[in-house]
Amino acid sequence: MSDNPVARRLSRVAGWDAAIIVVAILALVVAGGAVENFATTRNVGFLVLDLLPIALLALPMTLVIITGEIDLSVASTLGLTSAVLGSLWNSGMAIETIIPLCVLLGAVLGAVNGVFVTVFRLPSLAVTIGTMALFRGLAFVVLGDSAVADFPAAFTGWATGTIGDGPVPNVLVPLLVLAAVFVVVLHATPVGRAVFAAGASEQTARFSGVRVDRLKFWLFVASGAVAGLAGVLWTLRYSSARADNGFGLELAVVAAVLLGGVSIFGGKGAMPGVLAGVLLLATVQNALRLEDVSNEALNIVTGALLIVSVLLPNIGRSVRAATHRRRLRQSPTDPIS
Amino acid sequence: MERQDSTPLLEVRDVTKSFGSVAAVRGCSFGLPPGEVHALVGENGAGKSTIVKMLAGVHRPDTGTLLVDGEPVEFGGPADAMDAGIAVIYQEPTLFGDLSVAENIAMGRQPRGRFGIIDRRRMRRTATELFARLGVHLDPGRPARGLSIADQQIVEIAKAIGGRARILVMDEPTAALSSVEVERLFAVVRALREEGAAVLFISHRFEEITALCDRVTIMRDGAHVSTDPLADLTVEEMVRRMVGRDLDALFPKQDVEPGAVVLEVDGLAREGVFRDVTFEVRAGEIVALAGLVGAGRSEVVQAVFGVDGRDAGTVRVNGKRVRPHSSRAAMAAGMALVPEDRRQQGLVMDLSIQRNVTLPRSGALARFGLLGGGAERREAAHWTERLRTRYGRLADPVRTLSGGNQQKVVLAKWLATAPRVLIVDEPTRGIDVGTKAEVHRLMSALAAEGVAVLMVSSELPEVLGMADRVLVMREGRLVADLPRAEATEESIMLAAMGQEVA
Repeated sequence: MSDNPVARRLSRVAGWDAAIIVVAILALVVAGGAVENFATTRNVGFLVLDLLPIALLALPMTLVIITGEIDLSVASTLGLTSAVLGSLWNSGMAIETIIPLCVLLGAVLGAVNGVFVTVFRLPSLAVTIGTMALFRGLAFVVLGDSAVADFPAAFTGWATGTIGDGPVPNVLVPLLVLAAVFVVVLHATPVGRAVFAAGASEQTARFSGVRVDRLKFWLFVASGAVAGLAGVLWTLRYSSARADNGFGLELAVVAAVLLGGVSIFGGKGAMPGVLAGVLLLATVQNALRLEDVSNEALNIVTGALLIVSVLLPNIGRSVRAATHRRRLRQSPTDPIS
Repeated sequence: MERQDSTPLLEVRDVTKSFGSVAAVRGCSFGLPPGEVHALVGENGAGKSTIVKMLAGVHRPDTGTLLVDGEPVEFGGPADAMDAGIAVIYQEPTLFGDLSVAENIAMGRQPRGRFGIIDRRRMRRTATELFARLGVHLDPGRPARGLSIADQQIVEIAKAIGGRARILVMDEPTAALSSVEVERLFAVVRALREEGAAVLFISHRFEEITALCDRVTIMRDGAHVSTDPLADLTVEEMVRRMVGRDLDALFPKQDVEPGAVVLEVDGLAREGVFRDVTFEVRAGEIVALAGLVGAGRSEVVQAVFGVDGRDAGTVRVNGKRVRPHSSRAAMAAGMALVPEDRRQQGLVMDLSIQRNVTLPRSGALARFGLLGGGAERREAAHWTERLRTRYGRLADPVRTLSGGNQQKVVLAKWLATAPRVLIVDEPTRGIDVGTKAEVHRLMSALAAEGVAVLMVSSELPEVLGMADRVLVMREGRLVADLPRAEATEESIMLAAMGQEVA
């Protein structure tokens, strides 16, 4: 038994969160040592560019999943905003106008999800599977199979460039700003407290004055707006607006969030773990790609990580429950009662 | 009506059952001879439901025996109880809505024809025969969905006797029925009695017990009080035996001169749940809302607090109307609700003690929208200490605490909001005696400070010990408003059950 306060503290800190951070760092170190060309400035720059969309979408997704919902339409929202971006650019609108419009479009699409979930009381899993197909379909209606590529070089250059020609990519700035915002909101504001309460016990949250429906609605709006922004950055990075941009990305996002220790059943999770989950996933994918592993095999890895991240906490919980039961049997009187 | 010559179909002999440290049933014995309708009565929490669950094979008695046809039986699960010929008809039947009535009746023992295919014609014929035996007209071919609760119960009964059940346990079967439906159910029960079945009938309504039953077993606090032929008992005597208890020093009620009216509820109604609910609570007053389980008391206080909506009526605090269906508005007006279900409504079991205590106040505790710097911890430490809550660390999940300490966390959470109206719903359910007394002392002290307290309670000693005034609800309506001097266990029980005080 861990009556020693130091041991207790350690066991508390050494949760999934800490473990995933350690694993992510280990993965970086191992990949750096074992994979040729991994630890180059150029490749790390690519790594950041690759993890950017996953990381962006994972931020609001974390809050959505902690409240016990899910948003599977994020990748399709990204695709639709990308298509709309291309289409508006073709129609001659200024890019400075189009970009905020695209973020707004994302917010509107998120609001659609939010209305179905909070007003019509449909399960978000079903709603966002539906809008995943719907938004992707609309993207093809808007742009068809064509691609729009002739965006101003100043914008595409910024999306792939680095700060002052150093090693740090420009796009890291909006990511870090947004990450900071989401960390603070989730962990240090009344909204964050409500997110955890609503996910762990919606009824208690309602009885405590939390406006659960309103909260969920705005989380879906945030998810959509961030997906809209990710659509813009994706389009500029590849200089290509296509209806199938970001196809299948929602899988990687959900995998990263769950890998980061967020419970798929809601109520549990933390932002540092999620960011480590994103880093781990992106590192593994990047390293495997450098080793010429095919895209199909990468999907297998993503899927396996997703299952492992859901499986391991469950195994851990049953082990803990078993030890707890054993302890109860050893000490017939509960010290706190 | 005594049939001591024949072996009872069912006998309950000296059974006990405890859940944790709570003794739900402590020594109960009675027997059901064939052809008898036997009433089991007692207050809420007297142990009736535990007896039913033992007979249904859901719980096993800790000690004592159940005997069927004089033979001791042990039920490993509900299937064993059914095999022994015991069928339990619950208040809310559980039929397969998409299957036909006949299919529901035949469930689990469908007649097979050639090649093992279900013989639908025989299935229908069996159902028709069973309905004829029970003297009711129901179409065996129609789906079970859409049947009234009364019809669903008939189907359950047909299913039970179709499965050769000879002992029927009916747990408050009439609670949701109209008087015509009750009459029909009684006719069915009498038909079963004629066939030699034994029926254990649980009801809160004395007129039904008087109309239907042959003998009555009375329980109180899990113990067996008496078993007598109905003819030997008056309603008043039954009530006396159900409630007869001594009040102890559990209720440190201070005398407070009530102040101005704080909470006014006027004409509150919700379709099918409650209606015409009008009352007021003054500063310093403790008003109890008594009644049977299911009378609509929790529903009323939840509508007052705005967790649920309402169809009509107004709620005022200090003369100002409170917006309906908004717990935020209620909290802003100075209301707090300690809900009935601690685990589902009062606490987020996985979150820490600290987060639970400060959840309703996280907005107020934030500075510039941010929470930090220990404001939550200080607040939680202050209130848990004031309520003498025993815990390891404030960061421990609240589920690690005992029931009594969990209840203190719920109270701390709401007292931290400094309410002017404190609504408590079953504030001492499932907590130990020592903590009970502490909770009562706290409520009394709050009233003395001028808080208006509205207390829903099913425990009559608590109601009598703590309340300045007792409102009694029955079937969604307020039926009595008794000042402390007039409130007795008998007067409250009679009002709650719909009998005039003799």
